[in-house]
Amino acid sequence: MTGQDYVEVQGLTVDFDGFKANEEVDVTFLQGRIHFLIGPNGAGKTTLVDALTGLVKGTGRARYGNLDLLSLKSHQISRAGVGRTFQTATVFEELSVLQNLDIAGGVHRKAWGMLRARKGIPDYVQEAMETVGLADLRDRPAGVLAHGQKQWLEIGMLLVQDAKVMFLDETVAGMSHEERDETGELLRRIAPSRTIVVIEHDMDFVRNHADFVTVLHAGKVLAEGSVADIQGNPRVQEVYLGRNIEEVSHE
Amino acid sequence: MSTPTDVESPFLPVAATPTDRRRLPRSSPRLSRDTVSLIGIGVFAVLMLLVAPAVLSDFRLNNLGKYACWAMVAVGIGLAWGRGGMLVLGQGVYFALGAYAMAMHLTLETAGPDAIPVFMILYDPLAPLPGFWEPFRSGAFTLLAVVGAPVLLAGTLGYAIFKRRVKGAYFAILSQALAVALAYLIGGTIKLTGGDTGLSDFKYFFGYDLSDPINKRMIYSITAGLLVLCLLVVWQLYRSRFGELLVATRDAEERVRFLGHDPANIKLVAYVTAAVMASIGGALFVPIAGIISPKEIGAAASIFLIAGAAFGGRATLFGPVLGALLLGYGRSSLSEQWENGWIYVLALMFILVTLLAPEGVASIPRRAAGLLGSLRRPTESRPPRNTAAKETKS
Ligand SMILES: Nc1ncnc2c1ncn2[C@@H]1O[C@H](COP(=O)(O)OP(=O)(O)OP(=O)(O)O)[C@@H](O)[C@H]1O
Ligand SMILES: [Mg+2]
Repeated sequence: MTGQDYVEVQGLTVDFDGFKANEEVDVTFLQGRIHFLIGPNGAGKTTLVDALTGLVKGTGRARYGNLDLLSLKSHQISRAGVGRTFQTATVFEELSVLQNLDIAGGVHRKAWGMLRARKGIPDYVQEAMETVGLADLRDRPAGVLAHGQKQWLEIGMLLVQDAKVMFLDETVAGMSHEERDETGELLRRIAPSRTIVVIEHDMDFVRNHADFVTVLHAGKVLAEGSVADIQGNPRVQEVYLGRNIEEVSHE
Repeated sequence: MSTPTDVESPFLPVAATPTDRRRLPRSSPRLSRDTVSLIGIGVFAVLMLLVAPAVLSDFRLNNLGKYACWAMVAVGIGLAWGRGGMLVLGQGVYFALGAYAMAMHLTLETAGPDAIPVFMILYDPLAPLPGFWEPFRSGAFTLLAVVGAPVLLAGTLGYAIFKRRVKGAYFAILSQALAVALAYLIGGTIKLTGGDTGLSDFKYFFGYDLSDPINKRMIYSITAGLLVLCLLVVWQLYRSRFGELLVATRDAEERVRFLGHDPANIKLVAYVTAAVMASIGGALFVPIAGIISPKEIGAAASIFLIAGAAFGGRATLFGPVLGALLLGYGRSSLSEQWENGWIYVLALMFILVTLLAPEGVASIPRRAAGLLGSLRRPTESRPPRNTAAKETKS
């Protein structure tokens, strides 16, 4: 089921005035594979995504197609089809679900078209709305949505943008069990044609939905492989100081 | 089995019947709200253009014209501040651009061809007309300047400010400082601009004698018509995708940037539009009030201009215009009996509105309706598919 698209990160280092939040990170994200990034707080997971989406400066290489993501600006990366969500959900609270999704598809519109009202609903917006299950809440202001629904809306916005690579930063944090399961199924449905990277602390969720896991620790890749590989890995256990991986992850 | 188009299970909620029924037509209810607003503008136009001239005396109608000028500024403020989140505390600057352009033209027209304005003769009978006054002999140039000057100034200023990502309080202070500086500049250059005394005693308006009430009524109608036009402009902007993007930029600028848009450009459009509205308001204020002076453009005046929008409801379509008309009326009727008293009343009202209805008076009916509605059917306002999750959570 694995496709040909991928993001290949080599020797990525992010240096905050001497403090290396990421150091010589090598990791490859493949299309069709739900790839989890785990690691204790401050391990550098968000920083890795920040570097790959132009929010912080990183050295090394991050090849996507014939682009080097590390040399592009945020809006160029976004236009190249690499999208992300943020650790705190950021939807436009006063706009409706429909308007939120519609804005995400607005980059390629002509300036004059922007001055007109929307006529009907563009097909790709309708499709994204149904995929993330918010079609019935179309006209609801995003601000009144439940936490989980806001996260789905963000994923929907990435779908409208037609992001081929999605970085999801702690998307299921704070969700109920049902919402988590629905999110897992949603990811499974959109994964085949995309490269999906999920940052997550919840080991149950990782176990249930991960195809592949990379463990970061102190800015470096500590281990990678299947969930079973990771849990049986002595280096992982050593770094987690003998404690159960789940306890540490939940901190 | 799991292609992106496989959208059926399990995300389509089965239990949410109330919303299912409403889902049939694809058009959104926003459409009808737009129509209602448009009808509202129509009613407002009839009141301003037909009813008011029929029932008001020359004097009252002229006063209403003055408030309408302030209201034009307020409509722009509603756009820039209410929808765009830019706290434009110094719209007096753009009001001044239009007002002084118009005042210079009317002063020269009153003086007559080749003559220099009376106030300049008082200082130095032999002085030539300052270079920057000369083009304002032309009515066409003046009209061009009323629109062009704010576009240029707000365009360059806004570009510099928004590209540098200056926001919030810094932006507010900057814009207010500009208004104060301009008021000082004009106040201090009495030989060039009339200084603190201002420019007044205009006899003609593009060939029309200003002492004839019919002509004043005509100017009122132009003003009221332009105010309605301003409302139509923001009505269209608010319902457009640009309007949605503007609100999105106001609420989460970084997010907008990450969707591939440049927030600076979006803000710039709103800011420049607001500046042009303020300038046109200023230009018409001059023949109506018969005087323009730094008092009308400085800090206090700029706050008065924004107060109307805040009072009425900055983010609503009708709030700023109604708020400004009301404050204008309050200001002149109070200061008729109690010099400067209106400023205390204004301050008091401001406090009350901020405390009781922070989104402005126009939001009160909507809030009340929302409150009543949620009392009557408490379940309806909750996202239907959330119920299952709620039960398990707490
Ligand atoms: N802009 C910055 N300047 C300096 N240090 C930073 C900056 N951003 C992050 N850091 C530091 O880099 C380290 C990695 O942070 P990061 O946010 O990537 O961790 P994380 O793995 O996402 O953690 P969490 O699970 O808590 O979200 C932390 O020690 C953090 O304090
Ligand atoms: Mg993080």
